[in-house]
Amino acid sequence: MKKSIYSMCGMCTVRCHIRAEVEDNRVTWMEGNQHILGGALCARGAAGIALRDDTERPQGPLIREGARGEGKWRQVSWNEALDHVAGKLGEIKEKYGPQSIVVSSRGGPWQGLYKTFVHAIGSPNYTNHDNTCGRNTHHASLSVNGVARKGLQYDYKNARHLVLFGRNLFAALLLTETRAVMEMLQKGGRLTYVDVRVTETSSKATRFFHVRPGTDYALALAMVHQVIRENAYDAEFVDKYVKDFSALCTFIEPYTPAWAAGECGIDEDSIINFVREINEDRPRVIFHPGWNLSRYNDSFYASRMLHILNGLMGNVEMEGGLFFPKGPGDCGVKSIRTVDCRKPDIERADGCGTTYPQFEKGPGLAHLLFPAMKTGKPYPVKAWMAMRHDPFTCMPDPQQQKEYFDNCDLLVSIDTHYSEFGWYSDVILPESMFLERDNHIIVQKGLKPRLAVRRKVVEPRFDTKAAWDIFRQLAVRMGVEEYFPYETIEEFWNWQLEPTGYTMADFEEKGFIELADKPVFYDRGELEGRFKTPSGKIEVISQVLEEAGLPSLKPYQSPAPPPKGKFRLVYGRVAVHTHSHTQNNPLLHQMMDENNLWIHTDEAKKLGISDGDMVEVAAANGYSGRLRAFVTDFIHPEAVFTVHGFGRQVPRQTRTHERGVSDQRLMAGLLDVWDQAGGAISLCESFVTVRAAQ
Amino acid sequence: MSTYYVSHDVSRCIGCRACEAHCKVKNDTPAGSNYCKIMTVGPRLSRGIPRFDFVYMACFHCEKPWCVDACPTGAMQRRDKDGIVFVNDDLCVGCKACITACPWGVPQWNGATGKVGKCDLCMDRIDQGLAPACVSKCVTDALTFTTAEQASESRRQQFAESLLSKQDQQG
Ligand code: SF4
Ligand code: SF4
Ligand code: SF4
Repeated sequence: MKKSIYSMCGMCTVRCHIRAEVEDNRVTWMEGNQHILGGALCARGAAGIALRDDTERPQGPLIREGARGEGKWRQVSWNEALDHVAGKLGEIKEKYGPQSIVVSSRGGPWQGLYKTFVHAIGSPNYTNHDNTCGRNTHHASLSVNGVARKGLQYDYKNARHLVLFGRNLFAALLLTETRAVMEMLQKGGRLTYVDVRVTETSSKATRFFHVRPGTDYALALAMVHQVIRENAYDAEFVDKYVKDFSALCTFIEPYTPAWAAGECGIDEDSIINFVREINEDRPRVIFHPGWNLSRYNDSFYASRMLHILNGLMGNVEMEGGLFFPKGPGDCGVKSIRTVDCRKPDIERADGCGTTYPQFEKGPGLAHLLFPAMKTGKPYPVKAWMAMRHDPFTCMPDPQQQKEYFDNCDLLVSIDTHYSEFGWYSDVILPESMFLERDNHIIVQKGLKPRLAVRRKVVEPRFDTKAAWDIFRQLAVRMGVEEYFPYETIEEFWNWQLEPTGYTMADFEEKGFIELADKPVFYDRGELEGRFKTPSGKIEVISQVLEEAGLPSLKPYQSPAPPPKGKFRLVYGRVAVHTHSHTQNNPLLHQMMDENNLWIHTDEAKKLGISDGDMVEVAAANGYSGRLRAFVTDFIHPEAVFTVHGFGRQVPRQTRTHERGVSDQRLMAGLLDVWDQAGGAISLCESFVTVRAAQ
Repeated sequence: MSTYYVSHDVSRCIGCRACEAHCKVKNDTPAGSNYCKIMTVGPRLSRGIPRFDFVYMACFHCEKPWCVDACPTGAMQRRDKDGIVFVNDDLCVGCKACITACPWGVPQWNGATGKVGKCDLCMDRIDQGLAPACVSKCVTDALTFTTAEQASESRRQQFAESLLSKQDQQG
């Protein structure tokens, strides 16, 4: 019999709402939820069905037999695997203390589950992938607005001008955002885009700043300079809600458009004209503060300026601007229950919040756990459980990482596919892929908040389990099951919904529960205190930074040009793959099976390289790889670019094994190159050599 | 040309190739066989900015289809009621005459079955009153399932509106 089921996609961490049709335990049709996406679904979403059909994923719990990374596995029962993991965790807890156990994840709305587990067993060391993603933007937002990176959202659809610094949102898809920006453009909105190369997003831009790599901060400074000089800001809003504006005015004095033009390699007039445009368009101007801004050593400061520019536009809490995301409480609804356990009162092993007071304790910073592994200080780190997080592809230099991880007595990967880390680990606990699992209920905040839930669409094809079950079963074995007050997902859902008055039946109509029928805005005249800074306003000078001995307003330092004969390595994304997760997907592999290397026409000529030639790209750590050159005028000559996620090392993924080149393996030494104020690794601070392949 | 027409708004298209993926899933085509395909043009400078442009290519469902004329077995057919050109699998002998005959190389070879396949506008969906897979799930609503007459009408309407909104801005 044919069934129609609402659920949520899991091919990337956007988790779009979907509807699937199922017959005989097979998915026969899948589309974006009509109520939210009008049916739209990206190529990766389409490939969810291929993921289910793929046999080259773990088909049951695996325990390592040979040496780490050797690829000898024994498939075992869930009982044996869970007993084994719990037994090892118990031994480690006994010997080194519970704090020596780390759980990492890819963040997201369900992370409460994993966090609860690690806290419940007595460790404060929950971490995530954000050190290679949004941490700089997050810390920048905290320092300026007092709220998390996602503590302000954007009403793109009604904006008149969107400014993006390297946020290639027409390739790194987030469907509601993609569609809203497209609507903005169709209504005549302007799009200003900043990058070192042409992208799908620059292709739709009305203005493009093609900058020298590493000079985003310079351009942002000049924008602030010119906005202030031309009085292109909302004086009333600034007066009311922006603290230390005069300090900003003094600091920004030298950073003229003429100066930035030289620094960034762009035209002075274009900056001046840009500011005239936004002066026409404000307050409906949105400066996106950056997403994956873990790029340069001053990305944190660039992001701070972008946050400050939003303040200058006076665009907060209005249509076409920024808004505080609303939750159930703002709609007069009681919120759902969610699993939780207080973080143990122990110093984090990465020093976040203690050694580094400028970094929020929250998930800390994954790369700062390596020193603890190496030195045993402040205490040893001996177990690492990675929940769909792949440290070896997220972070640079996996070769170096392996040396650190070898100090651990237990490495566990919980994932739907073989990650590079999983392949090296001791135990793989295979999670059911998204169509085969339920997840607990979440709140999706926004102008119109809603409750959302992922439903199992088909039965698992292999011996896999959902995360709610895996963590509960581990908790039972560790004697902390009181934090997981359910046995089945139905019990979990009902327990979550109880205070709200809703039932699971309320999800049937649309796939989600809408908590407001029209957008909820706060009073624009009463925003003080909504910014959770000490003053309750947008702050130019941050007490946290100053106390940590870091400047709030950092004088610009020009990035060094590449050493002779080298290029700066920059990376990015495409619309047909998700990071490093999907290269072996039978469908997506067909659509893109390897990456190439973008290089500027003049540089290629000097090296005797023509478009389509095989080239060898090499890093200082000895890693090198071969791939095809894409020769173009539209990448900055100092940079070469490649798509992240290729050059995979898992032999069982036969389609993608060793296809293309791994950018993170080329990032020699970058584990130690991170933003001292923002915390994220600076992933674009490495240099490579390129030559024609023999 | 069949009654129906898939119109592609290049200003909306971001080249994400979701349409290709949905087509492949719907028609279960092997690697290398694409009933619809996004062709990338560029990057090149246009209006002062380096850009890619994307063009959607499927089958034109020609009024006088070369492929049908070339097919020796009658496998390649044109549906009377609406002009959809499609392959009857049972009759296809894999001679590839249609691939040679089509000026745009639209019919696709399937190495696994030894037969040709091509876009049939998701005939089974159309007969249920639904749109083809590519159109139904296009990420930016760049694709519209329409008739040739309607497409022309809405192009003119769009043009007229953009003309007026430009005048508004200038005035
Ligand atoms: S963006 Fe694509 S892959 Fe990601 S959740 Fe949405 S449909 Fe799925
Ligand atoms: S799905 Fe739509 S936007 Fe994406 S490539 Fe196809 S036509 Fe273009
Ligand atoms: S396959 Fe070619 S010749 Fe045949 S209908 Fe399509 S476009 Fe016309």
